[in-house]
Amino acid sequence: MTSIRQVPQSNAAERENMTIQELKKMANEVRKGVLISTHAAKAGHPGGSLSAADVFTYLYFEEMNIDPKNPGDPDRDRFVLSKGHTAPGLYAALANRGYFPLDWLPTLRHTGSDLQGHPCMQHTPGIDQNTGSLGQGISAAVGMALYAKMNNKSYRTYTLLGDGEIEEGMVWEAAMFAGYRKLDNLCVIVDNNNLQIDGPITEVCSPYPIDKKFEAFNFHVINVADGNDMEQLAAAFKEAREFKGAPSAIIMKTLKGKGVSFMENQVSWHGVAPNDEQFAIGMADLEKIGEAL
Amino acid sequence: MTNVKKVATRESYGKALAELGNELENLVVLDADLAGATKTGIFKKAFPDRFIDCGIAECDMMGIAAGMATCGAIPFASTFAMFAAGRAFEIVRNSIGYPHLNVKIGATHAGISVGEDGASHQCNEDLALMRTIPGMTIINPSDDVEARAAVRAAATTEGPFYLRFGRFAVPVINDRPDYKFEIGKGVLLREGTDVTIVATGLCVASALDAAEMLAADGISAEVINIHTIKPLDKDLIAASAKKTGKVVTAEEHSIIGGLGGAVCEALSETVPTPVLRIGVKDVFGESGPAGELLHKYQLDGEGIYNQVKAWM
Repeated sequence: MTSIRQVPQSNAAERENMTIQELKKMANEVRKGVLISTHAAKAGHPGGSLSAADVFTYLYFEEMNIDPKNPGDPDRDRFVLSKGHTAPGLYAALANRGYFPLDWLPTLRHTGSDLQGHPCMQHTPGIDQNTGSLGQGISAAVGMALYAKMNNKSYRTYTLLGDGEIEEGMVWEAAMFAGYRKLDNLCVIVDNNNLQIDGPITEVCSPYPIDKKFEAFNFHVINVADGNDMEQLAAAFKEAREFKGAPSAIIMKTLKGKGVSFMENQVSWHGVAPNDEQFAIGMADLEKIGEAL
Repeated sequence: MTNVKKVATRESYGKALAELGNELENLVVLDADLAGATKTGIFKKAFPDRFIDCGIAECDMMGIAAGMATCGAIPFASTFAMFAAGRAFEIVRNSIGYPHLNVKIGATHAGISVGEDGASHQCNEDLALMRTIPGMTIINPSDDVEARAAVRAAATTEGPFYLRFGRFAVPVINDRPDYKFEIGKGVLLREGTDVTIVATGLCVASALDAAEMLAADGISAEVINIHTIKPLDKDLIAASAKKTGKVVTAEEHSIIGGLGGAVCEALSETVPTPVLRIGVKDVFGESGPAGELLHKYQLDGEGIYNQVKAWM
């Protein structure tokens, strides 16, 4: 894998290009993986994993310069799942991408599993930092981006946060540093599904306006009206990649539980796993979506 | 001990970093707006491109250090002990400890010898907090020689480290040609038969002073320097406890959970022995010149002598 980034990089010869259609199909597979793993675990966080399924897919199948056969490549692009509880979504993307077998997915959260409840580097190939405690992943991502700048490396670092997560003060310490240091090799993504555990974010401790906050912290802000739309994601990541002189913040509006009818936009599906009947309905929903693609 | 050279171990930290910066090109130093006080400013002057000021944001500093460590850097994240072990505890535990990353925490201004800043800045809990993190190596050096050796050992040994330094100039007691620093190995400084004083940090010099005073009273005190709080040299301590039958611990730290706690845990499993824990007695500190505070809180030679004498 070359460490010099060619522009436009999404046409690098070594990687297969995927059409928007193919990416949508893959995102649907990722969604199935979320249901399969959480159902088998009888635990986990489907809502936020489903809202982020499209961005997980876009990152690992199109955007990022990574190689599942060489997860430790020092010149690889990095991804830190700062909203670590949506590990089921990340695991499904990693498995489909080839970092580990798909049959690991139903072992999620089981005793002795290679797939811990929250991302763990020692257990799982393809994980760039241990996360789970909100607010910390973005800080580590900033460290990775800083290291690249200090060592003249061209890899990019991506990190995904929740919109509830940005209530954590530490997020803003990291943002302040990144903006001040003009880390334009850093791309922060906020999954704005508008819901957290105790209710909609507007009823807990509203972090709105999210975009204005990142602007105030010297980020180049890209608002994505629908973060579950692959084409909009593609345009956003292209803009982020090409913007020089400031880190980028992609604020994407998404639907929590996207793809599973009874989970969509429901507060209650943050951290509860589907039972057998719910699992069957959910998988049928996703099958129908897949067939229509 | 009037003509003995005195050096604050924070000074040793800064100088050791600058020295190691020449040898290890991956070594970087982070600080949180305290470079003048922590003495990382010495490294900053020598290697400005490898010094990172994170501003007054200790949690972020630990996270950044973690991220850099995943890329192969050897980060020394520096700030006052109160903020390193206290404020940023959970980040140290989750972002550094849990993934067992190669981050070295340089925690200066530990204990009541911070002096005039007062209780808010006097961290007497850091050893206890760091001890609970699996895989964390904790070193509390007794003087300049030991501090420099500790920094070198940390830089060249894989895994997370917590290094504790002080603001107050303390006597150099280890400047002898045969001095050897080994992580996890305590140092028998003075042999004795009546009582074992296990000390760490600046209390080691105090313990040696106390041993002299006790000898004048006919009490033979064995003095052991425990620079590595974790992993603890249980064998050395147990052997001494077996010999003397009485153990005293002395630390510039709460008597809860630090060296005293660690020694009690170890002895109760090996050679159950009565233990007198000397330290900060579950109180907050206060403002005052460091020397006066050490005396008031009975952590100097006289203080240790009086407490041991009364206990024997």
